[in-house]
Amino acid sequence: MRLVMGFFSGLIFGLGLVISGMANPAKVLNFLDLAGTWDPSLAFVMAGAMTTAFIGYRLVWRRKAPVLDASFDLPAQSRIDRPLILGAALFGIGWGIGGFCPGPAWAALPLLAPGTLVFLPAMLAGLWIGARARSNNFLAAKGALQ
Amino acid sequence: MELAVETAFTPWASLAGGVLIGLSAVMVMGLFGRIAGISGITAGFLGAIAPMTRAPRDRDWRIAFLLGLIAAPPLVMLLGGTVTQSVPRNLLRMVMAGLLVGVGTALGSGCTSGHGVCGLARLSRRSLVAVLTFMAAGVATVFVLRHVVGAV
Repeated sequence: MRLVMGFFSGLIFGLGLVISGMANPAKVLNFLDLAGTWDPSLAFVMAGAMTTAFIGYRLVWRRKAPVLDASFDLPAQSRIDRPLILGAALFGIGWGIGGFCPGPAWAALPLLAPGTLVFLPAMLAGLWIGARARSNNFLAAKGALQ
Repeated sequence: MELAVETAFTPWASLAGGVLIGLSAVMVMGLFGRIAGISGITAGFLGAIAPMTRAPRDRDWRIAFLLGLIAAPPLVMLLGGTVTQSVPRNLLRMVMAGLLVGVGTALGSGCTSGHGVCGLARLSRRSLVAVLTFMAAGVATVFVLRHVVGAV
């Protein structure tokens, strides 16, 4: 059941990415290009997704526990620290260079564009490097890691 | 260098797609009690990335989730829909982009979905700061690449 529902959740997420245009890097880059070929569509993706999640979360949080697990596991970290800002900035730069964030990169995989095929392994390598950097603690001088 | 590809403004399709993304985030929370952050799910799938994935026991649904993501475009095409996509063709550029996205989301503990959708829906201050930061960085990067350097 966990596998089936996991797959189904991912499928719906992926359909959302495809239908919204978010899985198309050209659309993302145009959203970020305020001074050029600006396409505000992605603001509608965010609005639709956030509003749905905002309402839906409050409905499912009425339960004591999630359906297929023992407890809700929400990020406990609330400090706005250096890794958060630096990480978000690096991510934003990469997003602006390639037009892909992690979800769309996965969803774009079966279309086998050469750009996707090199982006995804590079992203996995980056995730590994970033996680190593975090665990080595050199970016969190104030002990801000979880 | 590549030319910017013009894209049509699609408010309704984008809103509808966004609702589906939000619905999926709600499903992940309601079923597994987790944030549907794709960078986190990917890290959980990688497994080797210990600091980002707390419990290996819930690697199962993450792998299934990623398979679901990958299955979406073929399903759309099977149903007769078209999947429009234009990926930058400069491979060196895409390798750099991938590395930055990976490192950045690992350090910043989240991406567009985790911070953007789930975090903002939880009214997390940390996520708001992350979203404003990566949006600003993305806009600045595209501005520099397209309008200063002239590399689209």
